[in-house]
Amino acid sequence: MDEKKKIRVATCSLAGCFGCHMSLLDIDEKLFDLLGMIEFDRTPFTDIKHCGSCDIGIVEGGVSNAENARVLKEFRDNCKVLVAIGACAIDGNVPALRNNIDLWDCFREVYLYEGGLEGNQIPNDPELPLPFDKVYPIYEVVKVDYFLPGCPPSADTIWKFLTDLIEGREPKLSYEMLRYD
Amino acid sequence: MEPCEFPDIEQQLAPIFERHGRESSRLLQILLDVQEAFHFIPPEAVTCIAGHLGLPRVSVEGAAGFYSFLSLKPAGEYRILFSDNVTDQMLGNPELMQYFCNKLWLEPGKVSEDNLVSADRTSCTGMCDQGPAALVNGWPLTNLDQDRLDLIAELIRSKEPISRWPPILFEVKDNIRRADVLLGDALEPGVAIKAALERGADATLREMETSGLRGRGGAGFSTARKWSGCRASPGLAHYIVCNADEGEPGTFKDRVLLNSYADLVFEGMTIGAKVMGSAKGFLYLRGEYRYLLERLESILARRRATGLLGRDILGVTGFDFDIEVHLGAGAYICGEESALIESLEGKRGRPRNRPPFPAAHGYFHQPTVVNNVETFACAARIAAQGGKWFAAMGTRQSSGSKILSISGDCARPGIYEYPFGVSVKEILDDCGGEDVYAVQIGGPSGILISWKEFGRCISFEDLPTAGAFTIFKRGRDILQVVRNYAHFFAHESCGFCTPCRVGTQLQKKIVDKMANGNGTSSNLEELKHLGHIMRTMSHCGLGHTAANPVLDMLDKFPGAYEKKLKNLAFEPAFDLDSALETARKISGRDDPWAHLP
Repeated sequence: MDEKKKIRVATCSLAGCFGCHMSLLDIDEKLFDLLGMIEFDRTPFTDIKHCGSCDIGIVEGGVSNAENARVLKEFRDNCKVLVAIGACAIDGNVPALRNNIDLWDCFREVYLYEGGLEGNQIPNDPELPLPFDKVYPIYEVVKVDYFLPGCPPSADTIWKFLTDLIEGREPKLSYEMLRYD
Repeated sequence: MEPCEFPDIEQQLAPIFERHGRESSRLLQILLDVQEAFHFIPPEAVTCIAGHLGLPRVSVEGAAGFYSFLSLKPAGEYRILFSDNVTDQMLGNPELMQYFCNKLWLEPGKVSEDNLVSADRTSCTGMCDQGPAALVNGWPLTNLDQDRLDLIAELIRSKEPISRWPPILFEVKDNIRRADVLLGDALEPGVAIKAALERGADATLREMETSGLRGRGGAGFSTARKWSGCRASPGLAHYIVCNADEGEPGTFKDRVLLNSYADLVFEGMTIGAKVMGSAKGFLYLRGEYRYLLERLESILARRRATGLLGRDILGVTGFDFDIEVHLGAGAYICGEESALIESLEGKRGRPRNRPPFPAAHGYFHQPTVVNNVETFACAARIAAQGGKWFAAMGTRQSSGSKILSISGDCARPGIYEYPFGVSVKEILDDCGGEDVYAVQIGGPSGILISWKEFGRCISFEDLPTAGAFTIFKRGRDILQVVRNYAHFFAHESCGFCTPCRVGTQLQKKIVDKMANGNGTSSNLEELKHLGHIMRTMSHCGLGHTAANPVLDMLDKFPGAYEKKLKNLAFEPAFDLDSALETARKISGRDDPWAHLP
């Protein structure tokens, strides 16, 4: 078997909207080229529940709850290179809008005062991820090797970034790929 | 609290408008008067001022939002700002502020419910030799302790006007400990101008050249070259500006010069006017020194009355020159000469692109010389006593003397004047600094030296300085010192260019992380990288120097941070488990999934 060993990639979305994953799918027919070079470990595409040993981990979304932190640490422990993709992973972005609202006020508003609720109580099931006081960017929780900005980064940007990384080059993005207006 | 409504704002502002006229350059001065009258800038006043000066409303609001002594929201009838310089911190200012807040049921940075009082922090107020210090509605309070704060709290509760507070609270001492040529024998007012007039403008400029005088603000540019550049630049008018925006934490020499040697400074400016053919000068006085304003105005009035200022100075027909004092409002960046000029024009203090330099395009694009207070004092001495006399002192490339503002861990803090070339060790011996571990020379933007370097000399060749000399004895936590400076720069960055605006914030966050015991070796690399970007990419001197304390610490004081680093490649910036505490309380959960290791 002289086929080159494929690069193993894991992806996940924490406190994000899956928009970055959608943008990855937007590379369209190049997906076939991509799958020729890599194989997926844990991703929303494979439904693998835990991340195994990987070359590249791609994380979308910020850290909003304990579950996010656990997944993120698992990615860091298993991936040689960790990439923060999109604005939420980089700085919290839209989910972090809640950072200015006290968590108590938030819970009270949603679970106690909102009309149409029955038996008002704050949920306490251990199955539910417990939220942090704030939404954090992922670099505050683990070491991040690369930041790929954009909301979301365009398909072309993701393609260029991944192919650079897969082929062992330092990723280089042109000015056009990093401007958003 | 909702801002009060001011239906008759126009009538209330009329006397202020009358004092200042309609020039847009008066904007900042008008805003300062409004702040003093209303204790904040009401939105109605912003609209009214914009109409009066013919400016867009956003320009007025933009300027008001830029300066920290102006407040767009009610800040209380009494606004106490505790000086946050590292020397004030070492003297216990943070604890005193907490004590004061507890006493008056205040939350730092917020106004009391009755809108009477607020307490907050401000950058160094220039009272480092007599701290802990604070400002109340712009007036300096010195030597604070709990007894004085008790008294102040009582005065505020009984709504006593500040003008009737006991003068002892506001006592500011000169503390001149060592005088040399500049601070020595007083010069009779007018002597230097007479000498310059007898010699003539060309010969006076040659004397400046012979003296080798270099700017005392820290950068050390040749004064003669600056003056002749300005003189040769064509323009409708030439301007002389004295930079008394002494914002560098730990520096307070200009305060003393203006308090006790103002004649010498004005004399220097007048000689500059003769050389450059200028008719108009400005003294840009930092807001923290507002208490000197009346005194300076009266000295200017006396000089006008005695023919040393105004029309036909000393009887020379056509030699007209006058000086106007312009107040700053708490912005460190305005010490940068082009930002200072913007501020003089009434705008936000945003540094300009250079070149063109102010000597060619300065105040309203006319040739302008901006010199430090001490530089003008030196110029007056040189005019009176000659360039050769001046050049005989100091070292080869640093002639004359330097006034140092000494504070921190020493027995006798205050003002010390030395000929250039004096060693740090000699200074420490004179001021009674014992068991000294480090000295910050020239303030946060200067150089942090360790005890191994005390043989080095104050001079442009070795240790250039604008005058700050802050002493730290053994046992002081250098990381805390550097943290204070990192917070200072993050607060004072004007926000115009990204490397400085973002860089100072990131630097602050990482230093905080290290101080909290969560630092790692990768953070050190990050700081070095960040420092390099700020040094090379920033728009002005603030960004170029904002990484100095951090980089000096990394280089010279490994002991200050190494023991605080966690020996890992990475560590989260916060404690993950305690960030879940609120949600645990709310939901009443304590199961294993409600915790993180």
